[in-house]
Amino acid sequence: MTNSLDAYLVLSGLLFAIGSFGFLARRNAISMLMSIELMLNAVNLAIVAFGSFVDRLRPNASVIALMVIAVAAAEATVGLAIVIAIYRNRRTPLVDEYDSLRQ
Amino acid sequence: MTLPEVIPFINVRWDDILFLILAAIMIGSALLVVTLRDIIRCGLAMMVCFGALAGIYVIAGAPLVAATQVLVYIGAISVLVLFAIMLTQTKAAPARLVFQTQAVPAAIAAVLLAGIIAVSVAATDWHALSQRVESATGAVAQVLFQQYVLPFEIVSVLLLAAVIGGVFLAKREQGDVS
Repeated sequence: MTNSLDAYLVLSGLLFAIGSFGFLARRNAISMLMSIELMLNAVNLAIVAFGSFVDRLRPNASVIALMVIAVAAAEATVGLAIVIAIYRNRRTPLVDEYDSLRQ
Repeated sequence: MTLPEVIPFINVRWDDILFLILAAIMIGSALLVVTLRDIIRCGLAMMVCFGALAGIYVIAGAPLVAATQVLVYIGAISVLVLFAIMLTQTKAAPARLVFQTQAVPAAIAAVLLAGIIAVSVAATDWHALSQRVESATGAVAQVLFQQYVLPFEIVSVLLLAAVIGGVFLAKREQGDVS
């Protein structure tokens, strides 16, 4: 099983699907950000799996995964800062109550 | 003393058992992240999920990525998320609805997405590619600091910009007492 790329890719697909469900279904903005982190991790798992099985990609895949982790850290910083900034104005972390454009 | 490669009696490799356990922990805690009502528990389940994923990276032969995963995701991002949760929790929030009204279509879409990915993975012939390689930390360092040194520096500038932007956005305005 650890010798087949399919197992890693199916696992990565499952994690990505769970993350996309959380992003679409949760009401809390921070939950949505956590779901985005899950999806980024799923993509990273696919990258690392390809790097482990395709000889030509071996070191490059790890470097790409490290870059993705760094960018995800930046995204989390800015995203959470935006959530906190909105929370200070609207007093709620729930995204479906951010409806000032609708009124 | 070294363990035999294959577990006696049930004839399964240790790697496979470890992979299955870690995968089960990862998927289970990811499901908890998207379904639990109490959001602070979602954050803690997310840390478990990232830890299990780091273990899978080690099995996949990328220990450097696993170490970075532990440092950055469990050490930094999870703590950031937990702090943000504590700053934005109201007393009423956990008691109210967790999901939006489109939760059922979202669940259907997620199941469809997982099915499509599984089918396309199964339908593609990876056999020509599947030459398993072992750990590669030294080669990663060579490539990272020679061929990819410019993206590396760009990412460091991006992180600096994100930190400054985060501080700026989260900073309390002058005179804003509440």
